[in-house]
Amino acid sequence: MSASDKELKDFRTEVSAWMKENNPANPGFLLPQTFMEVGDERQLEFLREWQHKIWSAGYLGMAWPKKYGGRGVEANFQSIADQEMRRNGVPICFNVIGLGWAGPLINEMGTEEEKAKYLKGILNAEDVWCQGFSEPDHGSDLGNAQLRAVRDGDEYVLNGQKIWTTMGNFAKYMIMLARTNPEAPRKYDGLSYFLSPMLVPGIETRPIRKITGEYGFTETFFTDARIPADCIMGEEGQGWKIAMQTLQYERGAEAGAAGGQSMVRVVVDDMISELRDVQRDGEPVLKDPVVRDQLVKAIMEERAMMLGERRSHIGPLTTDYPGSLPLSNKLRATEMTRRMRQLAINLQGAEGALYVGDDEARQGGFWQRAYFNSFSATIGGGTSQVQANIVAEHILGLPK
Amino acid sequence: MSSPGNTALRFSEEQAMLLEVAREFCRNKSPIAEVRAQLETQDGFDQALWDEMVLLGWAGIAVPEACGGSGLGIGALIPVVESMGRAMLGTPLISSALAAQLLLRAGNSEQTERLLPAIAGGSPATVALLDNSDWGDETVSLLLDEERILHGSKKFVPDASVARMVVVSVLHQGEVALAIVRADQLNDGAIYPNTLIDQTKRSANVDFSGVLVDENNLITGPKVAEALRDTRLLGALLVAAEATGASAACLDTIVEYLKTRKQFGKLIGSYQALKHPTVDILTAMDSSRSFIYHAATLLEEGVVDADAEIACRMAKAHAVETLLYAGDRAVQFHGGMGFTYECDAQLYIRRAQWSQQQFGDAQHHRKRLAALLLD
Repeated sequence: MSASDKELKDFRTEVSAWMKENNPANPGFLLPQTFMEVGDERQLEFLREWQHKIWSAGYLGMAWPKKYGGRGVEANFQSIADQEMRRNGVPICFNVIGLGWAGPLINEMGTEEEKAKYLKGILNAEDVWCQGFSEPDHGSDLGNAQLRAVRDGDEYVLNGQKIWTTMGNFAKYMIMLARTNPEAPRKYDGLSYFLSPMLVPGIETRPIRKITGEYGFTETFFTDARIPADCIMGEEGQGWKIAMQTLQYERGAEAGAAGGQSMVRVVVDDMISELRDVQRDGEPVLKDPVVRDQLVKAIMEERAMMLGERRSHIGPLTTDYPGSLPLSNKLRATEMTRRMRQLAINLQGAEGALYVGDDEARQGGFWQRAYFNSFSATIGGGTSQVQANIVAEHILGLPK
Repeated sequence: MSSPGNTALRFSEEQAMLLEVAREFCRNKSPIAEVRAQLETQDGFDQALWDEMVLLGWAGIAVPEACGGSGLGIGALIPVVESMGRAMLGTPLISSALAAQLLLRAGNSEQTERLLPAIAGGSPATVALLDNSDWGDETVSLLLDEERILHGSKKFVPDASVARMVVVSVLHQGEVALAIVRADQLNDGAIYPNTLIDQTKRSANVDFSGVLVDENNLITGPKVAEALRDTRLLGALLVAAEATGASAACLDTIVEYLKTRKQFGKLIGSYQALKHPTVDILTAMDSSRSFIYHAATLLEEGVVDADAEIACRMAKAHAVETLLYAGDRAVQFHGGMGFTYECDAQLYIRRAQWSQQQFGDAQHHRKRLAALLLD
């Protein structure tokens, strides 16, 4: 039976009040805006405690079964909880690879044992998850992954390397794509999918220092690392299929996700509010005609993205160059974000040159760091240039 | 500050049907050869084709049913105008629609019931709003004296030579008013055609001096200023819708060439230097389309409120800059061919420059958006 409007409305009131009351005070250090920015133990412990608190209050994994730590109610409730998290500006639920990708995958395709073993730890933040897909020589070319997994009795022996492992140094488990059969005629058929433990001898992580000076990703090395054979998901050779299912979740399919906001959304309005007291030529920067023109362009770009999202659901308005809106979404959204953050720094006046750590930096250097971090989205998951090629070839039919 | 995040976008079944019919009609009736055949004709369109459009009811889409139209509102006109732009099909449809809107918004019931049925029935009409060359200067200097005789002229009156009726903004007794002038009231030589950069369009400077305006063809009162303001915004939106269609057509032209032209042994569409800007045109055109239908949604009730004003201005600012970019790149990407009159890229680069100058250019609208969004 579906919930009544009144039930949903009452729930919204309840969860909004809870968020207001429990929104943690400023911890005195910059919190990550996305789950890809968890750089040190202090941030990790803060976010772990926060996610645990949200889960304990019953506002995470609401649509997951009760016996696995969920609440077993319809997904509408989680959507409302997520909206209220955003609206109230609370910190992120950082265990995104578990909550949004691995969790839904296990819920959908996992065995009873796997569900019982993994799901609750994802929700209560005890078990951090990471993903081992990308390799140093195979960024976008996932099907060519070379990490070797060789069956030896009731174990697999792993040798090779992964890279760009988000929270690799904090993770207890990894969703991992490895090659079990290098002889397979199709490269895809030689791949298998593992729910691999990270804390075993032979798996080492080396944090990568990012452009921001902080950490968040690791290189992950596998040297004769032994993991139990029952860590394989499905059967040998099914890795590609399961990886594609995972990517569906990663690329934004919300169905099945445990919920929680995975990133702090920053909008043009936030930038404009921050600029209200900035002076240029002895006057408020917001009175400068050139700046005003730039800001209106930024507002329009953001509005166009939101309208495009609306239009993409209206069939008759998507028959000309069909598919262009969803396929160009990543390219457009990430490039817009990058440009907006760059503009925000540019408009700060001389203070735009300050960085995180300077006590006079605006919002603690929030925009400077955010600008640098925005490249993780214009590069990760297929660079903007690759995205443009995809759109050109699939939507416009241009030659490779 | 108005509500900063209005992102309403709806599309009715009626609009969807109009879009489908209009796109099909324009594609079939206005292939590029037909567009080119009209470039140097006096009126710039085929009367028989206009008659067909009138039979389809397009001239009366936004005219109330009581006045002989279908009463669907301006929102229903957007898919038609976009489709016309998609096929670069001229005709006095936009001019007539704006004349109807101005009458509808300022006139009394006697005037609308007398004048609108003719427009809905396909008798072309137009608006004369510009006293100088500055869309940002709303001063009206064309004088209507105490004897109701006009003194002065207007610039860039669209489709002036075919219009049977012109709605003119005038200064009367110190206030802005509207005068309705029939074509047969104009003196010989009063219409001085402009040589436009866009040869698919027609406009003229019109000297109204000496015309005696009938008493029942004068509109005065407080509604006039608001009706003029609304009509300018609707004009901006209709031009934006047309420019959106033209951008898509221009994109077709580019893509077709990139898929067939070879250089250095490769199809030029495989070069990222051409491929990526073409994707930029696609995504910009997508935004134009989202903006115009957003504005159409907010105009459902016909009222041009603050959100609708923002939407119209965004649509105009974005759609014309997109077409400017698309037309410019279309010429460049066609190489030597692009520099010729024979290449269709010229049609789009010319349309872009024309569209930019109608009802205020992109900067004009962004300047006004800044006041609406930032102050």
